Amino acid sequence: MNEWPLWEVFIRSQHGLAHKHVGSLHAPDAEMAINNARDVYTRRSEGLSIWVVRADGIVASSPGDKAPLFEPANSKVYRHPTFFPVPDEVKHM
Amino acid sequence: MLLDDKYTYLLRLGDNALVLSQRLSEWCGKGPAFEEDMALTNTALDLIGQARMWLSYAGEVEGRDRDEDQLAFRRDAHEFVNLLLVEQPNRDYATTIVRQFFFDVWHHLLLQALTRSADDRIADIAGKAIKEVGYHVRRSTDLVVRLGDGSDESRRRMQAAVDELWMYTGEMFAADETDELLAAQGLACDPSTLKEAWFAWVRDVFADATLTLPSAQWMQKGGKQGRHGEHLGFLLAELQFLQRAYPGAQW
Repeated sequence: MNEWPLWEVFIRSQHGLAHKHVGSLHAPDAEMAINNARDVYTRRSEGLSIWVVRADGIVASSPGDKAPLFEPANSKVYRHPTFFPVPDEVKHM
Repeated sequence: MLLDDKYTYLLRLGDNALVLSQRLSEWCGKGPAFEEDMALTNTALDLIGQARMWLSYAGEVEGRDRDEDQLAFRRDAHEFVNLLLVEQPNRDYATTIVRQFFFDVWHHLLLQALTRSADDRIADIAGKAIKEVGYHVRRSTDLVVRLGDGSDESRRRMQAAVDELWMYTGEMFAADETDELLAAQGLACDPSTLKEAWFAWVRDVFADATLTLPSAQWMQKGGKQGRHGEHLGFLLAELQFLQRAYPGAQW
């Protein structure tokens, strides 16, 4: 079934959380991609909501751009929110 | 007498799920696509879970200390009371999907009725199973439309499967004394009452799928009474091999 396009699957496991990438699969169209995602990725009731998106619709950064994109942040510790105590009640930080 | 009939009725529900599950398991690792392989084996697992619930209850009603495993692994073909439809071989993917579709639509209607059973345990099991079966119908309906209204070859294979399996659909609606007795007590539903809704669903889906409803009227019967075709024996030989060769084996 090489002619079926590739889809990326995102699942939201709980209310309040963002959809998270869980993997990919092949399907001829969006409806079947949702059904297949249900069968391949949610057997153990992992999800409340499924997103699928055609993999060729995703634009990715190039590995060669790593330095200009990410390096500058490493030398600026003040950009990281590590100096604030986070109360225990705050979840999903 | 009613207890015997209730036992038989529960056994039928369990055997349908068990035998179809075994058939679907034969696709494991051989599906036409990885995603289809997963979907079919998920369905097989759902059905195995349902078979366990029905057969456990059947064993309790029988009152001879037989549990679900003994009922599944230690009965011979003539003691199985599943519909002939579910024991039909997989053949190609079209046959597998058409068989599943015919069964799923019926199964869903039946479970809907059984959720209203006067027997709490039957209503409870039906309530659990119907959530899974709702998805089975959705999936097999979708595939019937895709493959029927697909390529020339997929359409030809689907129509051939429909024509071949059609004669096994009549048995789903043929009530016998057991059905009538349980229906009269409000424990089960008379299967002939499901026929109209089943036909309406199948007719609509076939219209979308550009498939033709066969006009043949003659129907096979006997599975519910323990009279099976040649295929069930081979299926059971594989299903039961381990417990037959090594009785009581555990791992």
